[in-house]
Amino acid sequence: MIQLSQIRKSYHTEYTHLEVLKGIDLNIEAGEFVSIMGSSGSGKSTLLNILGILDDYDSGEYRLDNKLIQDLSQKQAAHYRNQFIGFVFQSFNLLPFKTAIENVALPLYYQKIERKKRQEIAMEYLTRVGLRDWADHLPNQMSGGQQQRVAIARALITQPKVILADEPTGALDTQTSYDVMKIFKEVNDQGITLIVVTHENDIANMSKRVIRLTDGLISGNETVQVGKTQSAQ
Amino acid sequence: MFDFDKWQEIFSSIRRHKLRTLLTALGVFWGIFMLVLLLGAGNGMQNGVEYQFRDDATNSIWVRRGTTSMPYKGLPKGRRIQFSNKDYDFIDEQYPEAENLTGRFYLSGDQTVVYGKKKLSFPVRGVHPGHQYVENSRVYEGRFINKSDLKDIRKIAVIGKIAKKELLGEQVDAIGKEIKIGGIVYTIVGLFEDSGGDNEMRVIFIPMSTAQTVYAGTDQIHQLMFTGGDMTVPEMKQLENKIRMDLAAMHEFDPKDKRALYMFNVAEEFETFQSLFFAIRMFVWFVGIGSIIAGVIGVSNIMLIIVKDRTKEIGIRKALGATPYSIVTMILQESILITAVAGYLGMIAGIGAIALLESIESEYFRNPQVNLGVAIVATLVLVISGTLAGLMPALQAARINPVVAMKSD
Repeated sequence: MIQLSQIRKSYHTEYTHLEVLKGIDLNIEAGEFVSIMGSSGSGKSTLLNILGILDDYDSGEYRLDNKLIQDLSQKQAAHYRNQFIGFVFQSFNLLPFKTAIENVALPLYYQKIERKKRQEIAMEYLTRVGLRDWADHLPNQMSGGQQQRVAIARALITQPKVILADEPTGALDTQTSYDVMKIFKEVNDQGITLIVVTHENDIANMSKRVIRLTDGLISGNETVQVGKTQSAQ
Repeated sequence: MFDFDKWQEIFSSIRRHKLRTLLTALGVFWGIFMLVLLLGAGNGMQNGVEYQFRDDATNSIWVRRGTTSMPYKGLPKGRRIQFSNKDYDFIDEQYPEAENLTGRFYLSGDQTVVYGKKKLSFPVRGVHPGHQYVENSRVYEGRFINKSDLKDIRKIAVIGKIAKKELLGEQVDAIGKEIKIGGIVYTIVGLFEDSGGDNEMRVIFIPMSTAQTVYAGTDQIHQLMFTGGDMTVPEMKQLENKIRMDLAAMHEFDPKDKRALYMFNVAEEFETFQSLFFAIRMFVWFVGIGSIIAGVIGVSNIMLIIVKDRTKEIGIRKALGATPYSIVTMILQESILITAVAGYLGMIAGIGAIALLESIESEYFRNPQVNLGVAIVATLVLVISGTLAGLMPALQAARINPVVAMKSD
């Protein structure tokens, strides 16, 4: 599903030159549930942004579903994001002036699906994350866990090939985090590839493979043993 | 193509951001409102003053007697200048370009006028036939005073519409009826209206010769007036000066003595007002365009704020698959909708305010109106410039990296 070879990315400012990714090689198969771990500054967020076609890279090759993702126009990038990728963010990133159902339906708007159909599908996905009764609530009327579930429904609604989650539990308490991860697991069970960036070990251990990033390079790549809750550092 | 979904998206955005929308709308509304109001008020003032001149022929010269204020050829100052038939005949013979020459003889005070059992007071004036043109009186029934009336010293009267109504009532056919003015019987030969107002239509005109003979026993004339045909303002001024010189010679006063003889040149006065209006119009446009520019700047500022305000939203939308084009059109369509509606409302409100002003009864304000084309163009200018002002930040916003945008607050 995802092939990265020798991905490099650096940021330039007037005074500094910062190499964030120093040659990443990574393969993720369809249906995998991968977590990416690393301390802050390790480049994990940059990597996720490149995977999500939110940012471009300097050299190397990135293939998503066998399509080369390189030098895309903004329009093409938007199209691929809409078709292939669902995002879940640490800060939920729901539109505050839209209700839960409208937020969930938004990606379909950019697929030019008509409003009534959008609402129907959105309700279906809201039901899946257990928020059917919250459809007409605004984000600020909901708890963090509920908001993140709305965001997950929004990520799922386009039936993407990959879901990218950037610290999805970072703003949630432990119990709510586990609930969210449970939903992710169910999603993954349906065959959708899942990549979660986190710095929490217990969250990472709920995935099936943990990739560790240190200073812009992959420093670890281990499969999580079923039943094991704490990974050795 | 009409994209229903997009408009729904825009309407929902407007509904959720009432203050932002209101502020944008207010700037546009006020700009257009002020422009329309100013233009209308300017026109109203112009119409009002122009209406003042409608009473009299706009190219007429009025000559009134005065008292000398300078000694001249051994004569002391303080002499009263008197006009007589001699002056009338002199101007009549020497200045054929002075058209509709007429004198005016004021019978002292209002005269008691009697019709049947009715006894009322009206101003009575002795005039020449040209008077109706100088004064812009419109004879709507019968005739005005003619030369034979003067020659034969006929006891006939031409009476104003209001005087007729008060004296004879509305139903009675006035022509041929007899009225008594100061005890002497006159036959009504004509009725007139005058745009100068009710007071002008209470006047009763009788032949100059009759007034002089019957009431004064002199050949005095109190005032002289004439019109200048198609003469231009400088030509009128020249004529005025020549007549002043001649009258000064005849009455032996210094031609430079402005108080000996008052000459009122309506054409000149009218021209002064015309240039005043030009100045007012310029001022109105200056202020109006200023308010439009202020509106444009206001809209631009708010567009900048809107785009900044929506950066995070734009980032989220981009992450979810919005193309740069859809972002730009979303922002612009919203701004166009707001400015167009606000501009339209401002225009309507301005026109409404002008309609209210129309009810103002004032000497110098009348029938304000605004050129609808101008108002529409002004609105369009605001809408287009508001759009252009929003275009730059919108394009910038559409280019922004979604990750960066989402991190902003």
